[in-house]
Amino acid sequence: MVAAWVVVVVSLAYLGLLFGIAHHGDKRAAAGRSLISSGVVYALSLAVYATSWTYYGSVGRAATRGMEFLTIYLGPACAMACSAVVLQKIIRVSKRYRITSLSDFAAARYGNSRVLGGLVALVAVVGTVPYIALQLKAVSSTFRLVSGGEVSAAGVPPYADTALYVALVLALFSILFGTGHLDATERHEGMVAAIAFESVVKLVAFLAAGLYVTFGLFGGFGDLFDRAAASPALADATDIGEYGNWFWLIVLSAFAVLLLPRQFQIGVVENVDERHVRTAAWLFPLYLLVINIFVLPIALAGVLLLGPTVSPDTYVLALQQSSALALLVFIGGLSAATGMVIVETIALSTMVSNSLVVPLLLRRAEVAARGDLGRLVLRIRRVTILVVLLLGFGFFRISGDALGLVDMGLVSFAAVAQFAPALLGGLWWKGATRNGALAGLVAGIALWAYTLLLPELAKSGWVPGSVVRDGPFGIALLRPQELFGLTGAGAVGNGVFWSLLVNVVLFVGVSLAGRQTPAEAGHAALFVDIDRRTPGPGTRFYRGSVPVARLRDLLARFVGAEAAAALVTEHATRRGAPLPDDAQADPELVRQVETALTGAVGPAAARALVASVADEEPLGMAEVIELVGEAQHLRELDRLKDEFIATVTHELRTPLTSIRAFTEILRDNPDLPAAERARYLEIMATETERLTRMVNQVLDLARLESGNAEWRVTDVALGPLIDEAATATAQLFTDGRVALDVDVPAGTTVVEADRDGVVQVLLNLLSNAVKVSPPAGGRVRITLRTDDRVARIDVADDGPGVPATERELIFDRFRQGGAGGTGGTGLGLAISRRIVEQFGGTLEVSDCGGNGRGATFSVGLPVSAKSAHAGAKRR
Amino acid sequence: MARILICDDEPNIVVSLEFLMRRQGHEVRAVGDGDAALAAVTEFAPDLVLLDLMLPGRDGYEVCQTLRADGHHMKILMLTAKGREAEIAKGLAVGADAYLTKPFGTQDLVARVQRLLGAGT
Amino acid sequence: MRAKLIAVTTLAAACFTYPLLSLFDRPFLVLGVPLVWAYLFVVWALLVVAVGVLSRQGR
Repeated sequence: MVAAWVVVVVSLAYLGLLFGIAHHGDKRAAAGRSLISSGVVYALSLAVYATSWTYYGSVGRAATRGMEFLTIYLGPACAMACSAVVLQKIIRVSKRYRITSLSDFAAARYGNSRVLGGLVALVAVVGTVPYIALQLKAVSSTFRLVSGGEVSAAGVPPYADTALYVALVLALFSILFGTGHLDATERHEGMVAAIAFESVVKLVAFLAAGLYVTFGLFGGFGDLFDRAAASPALADATDIGEYGNWFWLIVLSAFAVLLLPRQFQIGVVENVDERHVRTAAWLFPLYLLVINIFVLPIALAGVLLLGPTVSPDTYVLALQQSSALALLVFIGGLSAATGMVIVETIALSTMVSNSLVVPLLLRRAEVAARGDLGRLVLRIRRVTILVVLLLGFGFFRISGDALGLVDMGLVSFAAVAQFAPALLGGLWWKGATRNGALAGLVAGIALWAYTLLLPELAKSGWVPGSVVRDGPFGIALLRPQELFGLTGAGAVGNGVFWSLLVNVVLFVGVSLAGRQTPAEAGHAALFVDIDRRTPGPGTRFYRGSVPVARLRDLLARFVGAEAAAALVTEHATRRGAPLPDDAQADPELVRQVETALTGAVGPAAARALVASVADEEPLGMAEVIELVGEAQHLRELDRLKDEFIATVTHELRTPLTSIRAFTEILRDNPDLPAAERARYLEIMATETERLTRMVNQVLDLARLESGNAEWRVTDVALGPLIDEAATATAQLFTDGRVALDVDVPAGTTVVEADRDGVVQVLLNLLSNAVKVSPPAGGRVRITLRTDDRVARIDVADDGPGVPATERELIFDRFRQGGAGGTGGTGLGLAISRRIVEQFGGTLEVSDCGGNGRGATFSVGLPVSAKSAHAGAKRR
Repeated sequence: MARILICDDEPNIVVSLEFLMRRQGHEVRAVGDGDAALAAVTEFAPDLVLLDLMLPGRDGYEVCQTLRADGHHMKILMLTAKGREAEIAKGLAVGADAYLTKPFGTQDLVARVQRLLGAGT
Repeated sequence: MRAKLIAVTTLAAACFTYPLLSLFDRPFLVLGVPLVWAYLFVVWALLVVAVGVLSRQGR
């Protein structure tokens, strides 16, 4: 094989290269030229899913259990295929609410529950440490194999074990590139670049190994499979095994690809652009497909050529005969292991610090009062990384050779699958409660420990084997791997089934039986309805008082004085008013500070911190629901509606004022002369009529805006309609002593429209024109002009005109021209424009020939084919 | 007997106000916009102004503010069709003595006018 | 697009599991390779292609 010092040098060179790539990635990110902003890099970094388990363990599994290894990749292939639905929603929620870990996600979904967040973090650590252990084991044993030593670590003292030094180098890497700074987004571009690179390395190395075995040691797939078919040792090589087990493993891995801490870190937290998910949806499954093609061939070759004396987990490496290829394969395996360890420890460090340590520390007054909490958080994370890696190393050394790569990995998978009901269910089901999530998770983990962890521990001899074989106290029904006598699902399938079943039943049952607190209900809506909410300011769950300065000082302790001051200044600028230190912070500022803190310490701690400086009043259920309903665009709509109602009310009050006044005058003055009485009654009749017209117009507009107006669209000739409108308004013109010119060319201009609708528009324009015309001597002109496509009716007056700045405003509901108070509702033009638009037309206003006096309202309607033109006819 | 200036742009409301004030024996002048109101004040020297808020050109607030700034101390009763707190507060802030929301009760209006006139003289 | 992706996922999941899977779980060699091995990889490849095409359409 290869000399140990060569392996060490090459390995160190490889790790050095990783540091270089990560450093370069961070530098590019700082310069704003991201190295990882591509769907391909995103998909490659997601391939951190493929660890030593895939690299070495799959072959081992295939050699002993047939096709079962494939389930671990079929599940993710399915989960990623619909990632546009599931993963994308998780990403959206996490980005919007600055969620940077699984435990924060759980806590935030269930009303910032610290207990739930802490539990998730704890389960993640317990479930993942053995998984990290098996990566270290793979590195340790393959190092000894490639350098020609014993595979077993049994005789090697811990300080001489390569795995220890690999663990320390990886801790250094994770600390440097995972906890270099405290950032609200928790993104680590350099680390992601390195992980994507590792994915390429392990794929190339594994394919090289597979090609060499299939085409170098054998004569291709046909030859290899033929010889395998002839071998009695390989009779079960393509066995599916129990269908129940097969099914549950697919379910398990589909959950795992979303919920493993490292997958959440890469897939959600490190996601640069939501659109990259589209690429990953097919590229990541393709990666998994390609890396799996040679698993079965290598396994078959291993059994045929090496037999059971060599550990099947090392076949990939043991089959290589050239030292160069062996070294390449070793480096590939190293990349698979290191990628996993790096991302996993970073993800765990965020969880442990945000959900376990910081909330506990903050309870202690002397800690909460410290000025440099940001550095404290970073230190906690660095210590966590080191501790997790050493725990992993310790676990591997203690459990020794009993640790099967795949078995232990599956146990980890099953642990994180317990998050699925609470996290994925809670993303679509608003009724899910914190207690339901807690109950399901606790029960699921208990059953997981009993059915899956216990048998693994028994293998290491830490628990008597009889407990697993015969059941505790000899009760066969309680055998962990065949709980309640369930068979046909396999040992793992059995555990996954029972733990998930009880988890789901309790999650749903307890949720249905209990009640949500207002905060829970609010957060549930924020998560489930994420797509119905506009980006930007979210909902405020805050009703209390805190001076601006206190909030800023709180934030400064985590992100530094400069960044905190910048946030406040920016908010003040957006508000358009200065924010003095002693001013009460508005809910939006409180929310922003909380969000910024969430990035640093997680939602639970952020919530507690803000609550500690703000004297908050508890919110009632109704208020939360009301607040939730106030997502920004809804607020905007409400504001418009308020405005509309206020204006309608105002307009209706004007005629009502006259009517009421004269009614009372008539009542209180029975002795009025008949002429005066008649005059007042006439006014009342006129004003009542005006009121009626307004009500009708409001109804018209409501119908038009809701799309419920009924139109009978036919071919209508415009000439006769103009005449009709002129006749109908003749009295108005006479009364106002305003002249009306009608200029309609001979021939027929036909448009497709509703006859009454067009008349209504013309009547409105003509009566407006009379109103704005100077009394006595005014002149209004209505003209019809047609070109090939558009018929244009102009109504020109010589009133005061419409200033250019108001030309669009007058078409708003209730905006009256500058003259104002002329008895209109202000609705006429809004209604007219909407009517014309119904028929594909336009309504605009311009001035009359630019002399500054008079206004011309132009109706444009598309001409129907049935028009006939002739010369102009004047009247 | 006092001099009352009515400032409203709704002719029919003006008719009713004129009737009500004359009925009380006051001398009445009516105008339709803010500028006319300011002109009429100098010339007519009213004891009380019935001032609508929504006027073309200068609105009621502006008229009121200008009158006070010019040192006029006559009573000002604002009439508003917008009954919101903010508008009422603003009206009182710019110097109005009282306000009435449209549609107003005639007896209420008359009583309010009498009270204002009584208090001032 | 999302509905199509869900449909494709469901179909693939059905092909990957019992009972459809059992139809191909036979000890034959097809074109020199085991039937079930070839079947799983072919369905998998089709899934990748389908999702790739749908993702591109959705752009």
